[in-house]
Amino acid sequence: MSHIDKMDNSNWTILFICWMIASISTLGSLFFSEIMKFPPCVLCWYQRICLFPLVLILLTGLFSFDKSVVKFALPLAIAGWFIAFYHNLLYSGIIPESIQPCGKGVSCTEDYINLFGILTIPMLSLIAFSTIVILLFILKRRLPT
Amino acid sequence: MKKQNVVIISAICLVLIFVLGSYFYKHQRSKRLGFMAKENASIFVREHSPTYGSDDAKVYIVEFFDPACETCRDFYHPVKNLMAANPGKMKHVMRYAPFHDGSDFVVKMLEAARKQGKYRETLEVMYKYQPHWASHHNPQPQLLWRVLPEAGVNIEQIRKDMNDPEIAKLIEQDLADAKTLNVRKTPEFFVNGKPLPSFGFAQLKELVETELQANY
Repeated sequence: MSHIDKMDNSNWTILFICWMIASISTLGSLFFSEIMKFPPCVLCWYQRICLFPLVLILLTGLFSFDKSVVKFALPLAIAGWFIAFYHNLLYSGIIPESIQPCGKGVSCTEDYINLFGILTIPMLSLIAFSTIVILLFILKRRLPT
Repeated sequence: MKKQNVVIISAICLVLIFVLGSYFYKHQRSKRLGFMAKENASIFVREHSPTYGSDDAKVYIVEFFDPACETCRDFYHPVKNLMAANPGKMKHVMRYAPFHDGSDFVVKMLEAARKQGKYRETLEVMYKYQPHWASHHNPQPQLLWRVLPEAGVNIEQIRKDMNDPEIAKLIEQDLADAKTLNVRKTPEFFVNGKPLPSFGFAQLKELVETELQANY
């Protein structure tokens, strides 16, 4: 009994960490756009579409510790990861800027923030999505089907 | 501790950090801009900028605007009335931020009209007919040629003057200053170098009144 409890506890903690990452990323992205007034580009919006719902979906899973939350959260996290990955390719110039899908006004490759020469906004997004995806996969394997 | 409580407390902490962070950021920005206004006033007021009001004024409203922007149009008369209510104490500095498609063309027209001493009249005509020529999907600044005679300007002269490279240089300088000041939307107001705490005419009026009290 206590073994199962312990197991449940650590699973819950993994989910909790996922939720914290999603929440911090959401608030951070809102801080950039609403407080610092950086206009979000098209790709940022697509990533936000995947990110914002994660906060609520994971929260619901946390409260009742419903194991099926992994099933619902993973597709969003994976989709977000692909967009973030593509965005980073554009940003670093691996894909030429001429085929970027952004309209005039807000460029997807404009440098707003650059900490230590590597931590740009798209990089932060990629790190967040990667961590969430990895943690959710670990959780998926640990949970009895 | 119950798990639910952990979640609730974490959520409250995150929101609190967000609110404190935004307060801190706004405070810092206001301080930095105040410093820039003192040390480097020319970012806010350039020699070339058109101005209204008294040269002895101690309260400067610097407005970054775009003739095609609806909100700038909405602010035009309220700001004019605010100036009229405090004669001799205020100065309104017009800076360009032509962010809309085709706006730089309109700014060039406006600057050319300024050479004929018809700046205010021309701007008022542009705002009056803005819904006709400044649709965002299909801006047609060419339509302005038909209505500009209402401002009493010489159209042929404007067509000639608006291609003056000096005007293009002026717009470029204004856009560079807008970038330095992080102006990304229009209108953006600075009162004696201070940004509005949040956007709105009431906030602008309050800031102006605070500055009037501090300086007179």
